[in-house]
Amino acid sequence: MEVLTKMHRNILYISLNGELDEKTAEYTRLALEKCMLQANAGQIVIDLANLSFMDSTGIGVLIGRYKKMKDRGIPIFISNPSVQAERIFNMTGLYKIMPKIKGAI
Amino acid sequence: MNKKIINTMSMTIPAKSENESFARAAVAAFCSSLDPTVDEISDLKTAVSEAVTNCVVHAYQKRQSNDDIITIACELAEDMLTVKISDHGVGIPDIKQAMQPFYTTVKDGERSGMGFTVMQSFMDKISVNNNEGGGTVVTMQKNFTKEAEKVSGE
Ligand SMILES: Nc1ncnc2c1ncn2[C@@H]1O[C@H](COP(=O)(O)OP(=O)(O)OP(=O)(O)O)[C@@H](O)[C@H]1O
Ligand SMILES: [Mg+2]
Repeated sequence: MEVLTKMHRNILYISLNGELDEKTAEYTRLALEKCMLQANAGQIVIDLANLSFMDSTGIGVLIGRYKKMKDRGIPIFISNPSVQAERIFNMTGLYKIMPKIKGAI
Repeated sequence: MNKKIINTMSMTIPAKSENESFARAAVAAFCSSLDPTVDEISDLKTAVSEAVTNCVVHAYQKRQSNDDIITIACELAEDMLTVKISDHGVGIPDIKQAMQPFYTTVKDGERSGMGFTVMQSFMDKISVNNNEGGGTVVTMQKNFTKEAEKVSGE
């Protein structure tokens, strides 16, 4: 898993590259936390175009970060999910708290 | 009428999280003779990953020990795959409750309790049972699109 970031205006774009499962969850959690806290962004976009795999462990990682950023009033958006990720998001109602947006980095 | 069994595969792996990616890739490769679609393979990988993760996280409590064994048994009967993922871990006291959406026994971690719901949705059939001598057996089935039903000229 590789967590890449880019700042544009006050938006922090984060790209997840690789597989998000139990093996990579802890690293991903820490990497997301670190860049989200350092960036001083007004909004965050997590781009999943290069996420080749994700299971329900990934939902836990994303919701956990949502809770942390919600306390600071920073909204998180999701872009470019795979078919499978999208189905899991719809099942869990994730888009209600982290809406899907169009566009790429 | 029973379908004719055309292939079988069985593997055992220690319950370590680094084996998850290998396990789902192995089951996907086992099905390659059916010429599955990209979506069918992704669905299958996701479901297998859910079951294996549950063995690592719940059954064996993240011990990551070589002594904790997960068995993955696959059977291809014509266009239908049956995959049985079993452990000898702590077992599930109330299986019906465990399979409810959003139900998780993990209090302090970040778990959504959606693993079984994902397996249910990505496979055609799932049953969960107690394993003989302790632990859990998850049996899932998936029907693959027959060649003739696929859009031709891809
Ligand atoms: N192999 C297993 N051995 C023991 N307990 C299990 C096993 N599989 C599942 N469970 C129990 O069933 C519950 C529900 O499992 P499920 O996969 O649906 O959610 P989760 O693993 O808690 O969260 P998520 O999969 O969304 O990360 C678990 O919290 C656990 O208590
Ligand atoms: Mg699970």
